[in-house]
Amino acid sequence: MVAVTVNGQKHEVDAALDTPLLWVLREHLKLTGTKFGCGIAACGACTVHIDGEAVRSCATPVSLVAGKSVTTIEGLSPDGSHPLQKAWIAEQVPQCGYCQSGQIMQAATLLARNKNPSRAEIVEHMDGNVCRCGTYLRIISAIGRAAREG
Amino acid sequence: MKRHLKSPAVNRRAFLETAAGLTFALAIAPDAFSIVDDAYADTPAAYAPSVWLTIAPDGTITIVAPAAEMGQGSFTSLPVIVAEELDADWAKVRPVFPTAWDDKTFGNPGYNYTFQTSASASVTGYFTSLRIAGAQARRVLLDAVAAKWAVPVGELATEPSVVVHKASSRRIGYGEIAAFAAAPAALPKIEATDLKPTASFRLIGKDIARVDIPLKVKGAAAYGMDVQVPGMVYGAVLQSPYAGGAPLEVDDSRARKVPGVTDVVKLPEGVGVVGTTVEGTQRAKGLLKVTWGEAPGAHLDSERVIEDLAAIGRDKSRDGVPYENTGDAKTALVNAKRVFRGEYRTRYVYHAQMEPMNATALVSADGKSAELWVGTQAATSLLNGVARLLQTERSRLVLHQHFLGGGFGRRGNHEAVYDAVRLSKAVGKPVKLVWTREDDIRGGKFRPATAHYIEAGFDDNDKLIAWHHRVVAESVVAYVSGDPKPRPDRIVMKGSPIPQYPIPNKLAEHVIENRGARLSPWRGVGNGHNAFAIESFIDDIAKDFGKDPLALRLELTEGVPRMQHLLRTVAAMSDWTHKRDGTAVGVGTMVKDETLAAGVAEVSLDRATGKIKVLNFWAALDAGIAVQPRNLAAQTEGSIIYALGSVLREQITIRDGHVIQSNYSDYEVARMSDVPHIEIKVVSTDNHPTGGGEEGVPLVACAVGNAIVALTGVRLRELPFSPDRVRGALGA
Repeated sequence: MVAVTVNGQKHEVDAALDTPLLWVLREHLKLTGTKFGCGIAACGACTVHIDGEAVRSCATPVSLVAGKSVTTIEGLSPDGSHPLQKAWIAEQVPQCGYCQSGQIMQAATLLARNKNPSRAEIVEHMDGNVCRCGTYLRIISAIGRAAREG
Repeated sequence: MKRHLKSPAVNRRAFLETAAGLTFALAIAPDAFSIVDDAYADTPAAYAPSVWLTIAPDGTITIVAPAAEMGQGSFTSLPVIVAEELDADWAKVRPVFPTAWDDKTFGNPGYNYTFQTSASASVTGYFTSLRIAGAQARRVLLDAVAAKWAVPVGELATEPSVVVHKASSRRIGYGEIAAFAAAPAALPKIEATDLKPTASFRLIGKDIARVDIPLKVKGAAAYGMDVQVPGMVYGAVLQSPYAGGAPLEVDDSRARKVPGVTDVVKLPEGVGVVGTTVEGTQRAKGLLKVTWGEAPGAHLDSERVIEDLAAIGRDKSRDGVPYENTGDAKTALVNAKRVFRGEYRTRYVYHAQMEPMNATALVSADGKSAELWVGTQAATSLLNGVARLLQTERSRLVLHQHFLGGGFGRRGNHEAVYDAVRLSKAVGKPVKLVWTREDDIRGGKFRPATAHYIEAGFDDNDKLIAWHHRVVAESVVAYVSGDPKPRPDRIVMKGSPIPQYPIPNKLAEHVIENRGARLSPWRGVGNGHNAFAIESFIDDIAKDFGKDPLALRLELTEGVPRMQHLLRTVAAMSDWTHKRDGTAVGVGTMVKDETLAAGVAEVSLDRATGKIKVLNFWAALDAGIAVQPRNLAAQTEGSIIYALGSVLREQITIRDGHVIQSNYSDYEVARMSDVPHIEIKVVSTDNHPTGGGEEGVPLVACAVGNAIVALTGVRLRELPFSPDRVRGALGA
C-alpha cells in the first residue's frame, strides 16, 4: 500500500512503488482529468503539481510523492473558477481538449511565480506541452488574459 | 465524469420527416442489458416535437448532436442549426450524443445516412436536414398553441423559446407548451420557403461559445480513455509490427509472472494481455516474445517505396485511375507550345492525436450482445464491424459515444475496439484496452507516401490549356475497405481536380502502387499532399515566366471570383508586395469539397543549420455561410499548426515492416515555439455551408516551400522540409 495526498485528501493505494503516479491518479483513484499522452514526459498531458511544482505524472513513480501534496486539475479550484480556467473559456482555447488539463496545470505554475509573463517567457515555460489541435496561440492569449484579470 | 446507471432503456417514440417527404421512424434505444449515461437517465419525461429534440417542462431543450466531437466544434454547431429554426433560447439548449444509433434517423445525409464524422462533412451534410427538423418542431409548438388558444396559427410568432400572440398580448414559453402539447400524428411539411432567410439568423453566423469547453477546462469531459465500468479489467495488446502479421509462436512465461496478469489471448494481429491494473498489463505486454506470420507489409521499406513511387510517376506507360478528366489533356500536351514538368514527394505521416487509441467493451455471456464505450468518428462502421465480429445484430449492441482526444481521421479505424471485444469475450468481463503511445505509432495508420509527376501545357498566347497530374501512391480506400479493386480514391485524390484553375484539358490520375502499409485518411485528406505538389508547381511555372506567383494565380483563377477574392484578401493581409529583408513570402490555394482557401507564409532560414522559421501566416477561407465564424477561424488556425509539424519535421520511417519512430520524442509535432503569428479571415458568402475543419492543412507546405524559393531560389521538392534536407537542397 502507498499513501498519497491528492487535492488535500489522503488515500491508501494498492499499487507497486514504481507505478507511475499517472495511473494511480487515473485508474486507482479515478481522477481522470489528468491525461495519458506519451508515458515518457514528452507531451505534458499528464502534468500535475507536486508541492506546487509542475511535474509529469507519467514519469513520476508513486513512491516519490510519499509525504508530498499532489494537486490535479480537479483540485486546481473548487469549481473551475481559477483565473486560467476562466481565461481558457473566454479565449475559447480547447478544441479536442485532451491536452488542456496539462496545459492549465503547467501554466498555473508560471503565473504563481511570474504575475506578468512576457510572450517569450510563456513560450519557454509551455514548450514541453503538446497540443495537436494547434491551440497554442489561444493558450498564449489566455495566459495573458489570466495574468491581467487575475 | 459520467456515471453509469442500471436503468430501463430510453424508449422515445418520435417521428421524422426527411427532406424527401414524410417518413415515420420509430426511434427506440436497444433494451439489452443497458447502462445509460446519467444525462439521459435523469431526464424527466420530456416532450418530443421531433426525433431530434425534447423539451422539458422547465424549458430545457435537449438536442441530438449526431457527429463525433473531436475538437472541431460540431457538438455546438449542429445543435445551433436546429435551435436557429426552432427559435430556441440558446441558453436553454443542451446538446447530447445520440442514444439510438439509428443510421436512417441520425446519420449524415452527406454520407448516405451513416454516422461518419470526417472530411469536414458534418455541417455541410446535416445543414438542411437540421434546419427542417428545427422548423418542424417550431411549427408543432405553434400548432399546439393555436389549438389551445383557438387562434389562427398565422397570428402566432416566436421569440427565443416563447410563442407570442400579438393581438391578445399573450405569451407562452416552450417549456409550458411541452407540459400540455401532444405529439402530432404526423410532422408538418416544411418547404424551403418556410425556413428563415439568412438575414434573420440569430445564432447561425454569430459566435456561440462552445458547450464542451467548460467541461474541458476542468478535466471533466469524458473521453474513451476515461471510462470506468464496474468490474472492469485492463487490456494491453502487443500488435504485429506490420499489417496482416498473425502471431505464430507466443512465449508468455515472463508476462504471466507480472502481478495482476490473468490472461494472455491470441488475437488475429496481436497478442492481448488482460489483468487487474493498466500498469501491469502494459509491463507484461513488453515481456511477451512473439513471432509473426508473413504478410506483404513485412518487407515494407519507406526509403525504397518513395524511390519506386517517383520512378513510376515518370513511367507514363503506366496508366492510373482517372479522378478528374476534362477535355483531352494528353493530346493537348502534345500540341502545346510550351510544356512544364514538375516532380514532388511526400512521406508517410502519423496522426499523433493526443489520446492514444483505446476502447472499453463488455460482451455478454452468450457472446451475442455487447456494450461499447469509445470515442469514434464512424459509429456506423464500428457497429457493423462489431456485429460481424460477434455474428449478431446491431440491435444487440449498445454504444456510448465519448469525446475524442483528437481524431484527424485516425478514429474512423476500430481495431482497438475489435480487440477489446475479443478480449472481453475471452475473459467474460468488461475490458478497458489502452494503447501506449508506442503502440499508437507502431500500430499507426498513415497518410501514404506520394510521388507527383505533373505536366502543364501552354498555348501560343501563354494560356494554360493542359494539365496532367499523376499521383503515385497506395490506395487508402482499398486498404480501408479491404477491397483491392482499383477505383477512384477520394482520400488520396481529393484536391487534385483544382476547380480554382478552370483549365480546358485536365487529367488527374491515381497510379495505385500498394505496398502493404497500414493507411488511413489524415487531416486534410488528399488535399494535404496534392496542394503541396500543385501549388509548388504553379510557382515554378511563374518563376519560368518571370511572373509574380500571386499575379499568375489571379490570371489562372479567372472565372472563379470566390478564389480571386481570397487571393486579393491574403495579398492585402500579408502586404504581399512589401519589400522584405531576410524574409520572403509564398502563397498557396486549395479547394476541398467546395470550400476555398488561400494562404501566405512569411519565412526566414538559418542557412547554416537548414532550419526554417515560419514567422507569419495569413489565410482566408470561404466555406459558404459561416455557421460559427470564430470556430472556423480556430479550426483553420489549428490545422495550419497541425500541418506545420508535418512540413518542418514529421515523417514516419519504416524498415523491414517496422515503424522506427516510437513517441513524441522522435516524431516531433509542432510545439508552441514553432508557431508563427497567424491571422485568419473567414469570408462568409451566401452559399451552402461547406467544410472548415482542416482547410489550413493544404496551405502550409506549398506556401512555406514557395516562400523558401522566393528567399533562396531553391525548390524543396520533398516533404518534410527537415533541416538536413534543406541543407542538401541548398548544397550546403
